[in-house]
Amino acid sequence: MASIAHELAKNQKEISVSEFFEKNKQILGFDSLTRALITSVKETVDNSLDACEDAGMLPELLVKVEKSNNTEYIITVEDNGPGIVKKEVANVFGRLLYGSRFHTRAQRRGQQGIGVSAVVMYGQITTGRAAKVRSKISDEDTAYECELILDTKKNRPDIIREDRIIWDREHGTSIEVSIKGKYIGGKQSIFEYLKGVAIVNPHVKITFIPPEGTPIVFERATDQVPPPTRAIKPHPEGVELGELLSMAKYADTNRITSFLNSEFSRISNRVAKDICDAAGVPLTQNPKRLTLEQAGAILDAIQKVKIMSPETDCLSPIGETLIRKGLKNVLGELKADFYAPPVTREPKVFAGNPFIVEVGIVYGGGITKDDPVQILRFANRVPLMYQQGACAITQAIENVDWRRYGLEQRGGHGIPFGPAIILVHLASTKVPFTSESKEAVANIPEIKEEIELALKACARKLKTHLNKTERKSKTRVKFEIVQGIIPMIAAKSAKIVGKPMPKLAGTITKIMNVVWIDDEAAYEKKKHKVQVKIYNYTPKSQNFHLHMVVPFDKIDPKTLGLQPLEVREGNKVTWDIRRIASTDTFELKFDIVGLSQEEYDNELYVSGIDAASVIGVDVLPGDWDLEHLKITGEIAPEEVEDGEEGDIDYDEGAEVIKDEE
Amino acid sequence: MKNNERHHMAVDKLTDIAQSVYDQLDSGKIPKMMIPLRTKSNIRFDSKSAVWKYGKAMGARSAKKLTGAQMLLRTMYMLEFIEEMIRTSKSSTLREMYYISEGWEKAKFSAQDESNMLAEDLEIITQCMREDFKLRPEEDGARVMGNITLMETDRKGKKKKINCRDDVGDSGYGVPYNVEKDKIEFVDCDADFIIAIETGGMFDRLVENKFDENANAVIVHLKGQPARSTRRFIKRVNEEMKLPVVTFVDGDPWSFRIHASLAYGAIKTAHLSEYLATPTAEYVGITASDILNYDLPTDKLNDRDIQALNAEKTDPRFKDEFWKHEIDLMLEIGKKAEQQALAKYGLDFVTDKYLPEKLTQLGIIK
Repeated sequence: MASIAHELAKNQKEISVSEFFEKNKQILGFDSLTRALITSVKETVDNSLDACEDAGMLPELLVKVEKSNNTEYIITVEDNGPGIVKKEVANVFGRLLYGSRFHTRAQRRGQQGIGVSAVVMYGQITTGRAAKVRSKISDEDTAYECELILDTKKNRPDIIREDRIIWDREHGTSIEVSIKGKYIGGKQSIFEYLKGVAIVNPHVKITFIPPEGTPIVFERATDQVPPPTRAIKPHPEGVELGELLSMAKYADTNRITSFLNSEFSRISNRVAKDICDAAGVPLTQNPKRLTLEQAGAILDAIQKVKIMSPETDCLSPIGETLIRKGLKNVLGELKADFYAPPVTREPKVFAGNPFIVEVGIVYGGGITKDDPVQILRFANRVPLMYQQGACAITQAIENVDWRRYGLEQRGGHGIPFGPAIILVHLASTKVPFTSESKEAVANIPEIKEEIELALKACARKLKTHLNKTERKSKTRVKFEIVQGIIPMIAAKSAKIVGKPMPKLAGTITKIMNVVWIDDEAAYEKKKHKVQVKIYNYTPKSQNFHLHMVVPFDKIDPKTLGLQPLEVREGNKVTWDIRRIASTDTFELKFDIVGLSQEEYDNELYVSGIDAASVIGVDVLPGDWDLEHLKITGEIAPEEVEDGEEGDIDYDEGAEVIKDEE
Repeated sequence: MKNNERHHMAVDKLTDIAQSVYDQLDSGKIPKMMIPLRTKSNIRFDSKSAVWKYGKAMGARSAKKLTGAQMLLRTMYMLEFIEEMIRTSKSSTLREMYYISEGWEKAKFSAQDESNMLAEDLEIITQCMREDFKLRPEEDGARVMGNITLMETDRKGKKKKINCRDDVGDSGYGVPYNVEKDKIEFVDCDADFIIAIETGGMFDRLVENKFDENANAVIVHLKGQPARSTRRFIKRVNEEMKLPVVTFVDGDPWSFRIHASLAYGAIKTAHLSEYLATPTAEYVGITASDILNYDLPTDKLNDRDIQALNAEKTDPRFKDEFWKHEIDLMLEIGKKAEQQALAKYGLDFVTDKYLPEKLTQLGIIK
């Protein structure tokens, strides 16, 4: 009698990957009709963008969603990429886990070669229709077109029809898939997804034709293609024991030092020697015979020996300038008050994978005030639409105490409220997702910490802006008092007592008692026209230093009236402002030539004057190190001898008695 | 003092305010006005008149802050407006003045409360009354029913003799906004006391039950927080006709305050307490004890009620044993009751049982 084990073995058979995925559609993001449609667009768009960028081309995409019957839609995504050679077309679109990226460490949208083939498969399962692919490469006159389906048992493409046709373009690829789905608008929609793509890919132009309504064009905001990324070897920090052992086993060298040197990034021969010394492993050790203990010792040693951070040219951060451009380009209609200068952090490492976190914040204007802030999550330039709560990005946002930075947040924890949009982009050679549908970043402590640091750095800039705005509005109130109300009080009281209009300078400077600095930079005809107005609303003459961060070599010298006292590091410029008499105004003006509009930030500081008596700019931060520039003949801040500070304010201090006649 | 003289003096005092502001500006100062604080922590008991008046704490209305600057500007416009009225022998209601400020640009009032408050500020600073400024309130029509005869000078200057029970309809005699001697003189009175009622419903109940005749009472309807003229009318009857005064209001913290402003002086108009308050007035009810003793239908105290009661615990006017006890008791039972809750025992209960009992306790009815 055959053993039970043999009986059981009869029932065991190989399951093809395609079969597995057919039965587990939700893992790939096809779990609902709405989501299936979005995922399909997303996977095909990712594929197109990767193809264009790999070839260093500026992507131009057409995304069309048509309704063919009640629950069936036809999705067409067309790109201007390099095209695919004929023999690869079927494999790229009709075979799961086929691709060149799975084994490389480089930042790409797609990683496993599942995405677009899964769309084809989902389409054929739900509608019974084949996908139509058309591709043209530049050195051929005609395009190759085929209709294909996936043989899910064999994980092989099955070409139903193929042909060569005339296609009126240089090169590019187009895919048309019929799928069962449901088209909706709102927060989680194709439109929002494409909007996100446009924000973090300002070099992309997308035309979107929805099932009904007019086509929407997301114009590109820059002509810069992101620099090509390079595959790298794993960085030693974060390599795990099993990984190290299996790499060592297949080493093609007999010396442990050359193994370390050739298989990992940032390990020079000297560093390899230091690691082996620290681990107590002989330099001549054959890696193929590395013991478990030795491997463990090497891992420990890696933590102790100083190793350079991983190369960063394998990553493609969007960059501070382009994040701002992308946000402004796409969210322009919100007319936000403030685009906080975005933060791109230095690269860090988790499990041998370098990653970079970038954060941008948009504040005020047309953004709704009473709702939780809007979170825009991106991984490798791909918008993340689902599972917001499960994502490390969201958790990092919840961990920051936003009350310090001017947003509301109950108890200093959770998603803050206020008129803000927070963008977080994680770029990595391998983004750790919580699942294959790539919607939430896994909770890796190194990554979460970096996100928090980036959020705080960007939030500080927001807070600085809010402080400045608040000070400006307080100043505006004082201006209203001295310019609007005091002269009217003076005129009326003079009329009642029958005397001439009194002189108001004394009263005005006592009420204001500040130096007000108002800076403006108008961008016109490719120049920044910078104007700094200084109003001395104090009862005394004022001397101080004015500092600006501005590339001095870009200032048109003909337009610069007052020569600076000093220029440091090419852009830290200091002017000596002398003797502005009480109630006088001084104007510093110049043009900056050759900066793009976003490149200039109004960054001004003062020194040599009491912080409390300046409005409009901050006092110079300590890191400017300008101790040597002492103000000569410094005037002690004047005491206002009104003795009014102790008065109880009659109108604001008193409680209101309303229930009495 | 003759009317003309009063107006003349008002003009002088108002001009002094303008002069002070002008001088401050001219000498380069930030203009300000000092005004006694109108808060409950700044009212003091004046033992001579037995009412509460403002203490010595002053607040500054300074042009340094936006609100202060706006109020100073409004003051200037209001001075000019008042002087103009006095010069042209016109007068206006407080509401009219509020609307006139529409043309005052930045000095425009944003609510009528603001213009009323400013008129009071000027009274306090100048020690004049708003009538001296030719400002008068809207007619508020508080009603009187009882055997009291007065002589009213009507708008044509004709004197009319009116008995507030026999010469009027069931709605009673309407109290005009001016109840000074030039307008009203008391001729005769055959009553034992005045009973001041908060609600119109209870006033009508007492009138229908002929409480004025049966108990020999003068019934006055306060219409909630009583207007100045109502309080002045009651005080004059109290002093000139020697009638004791009792208040009969709802049993809640807001009604306690109605009694306080009638008897002790209102916080908002403490500068006029001596002239408006009737210090001998007694509180009949509804008390928290009544709620328990008469087992009255009640409502639960809401958050605002509780807040108001707690505020009263630090109000110097409620510092005596009676009020301490009643306020604490109300907080303890957490309930309030309306005057008309007495109807639980029938329409006549209030006049046949409740009031006679309570008034006997107070020694008003012997």
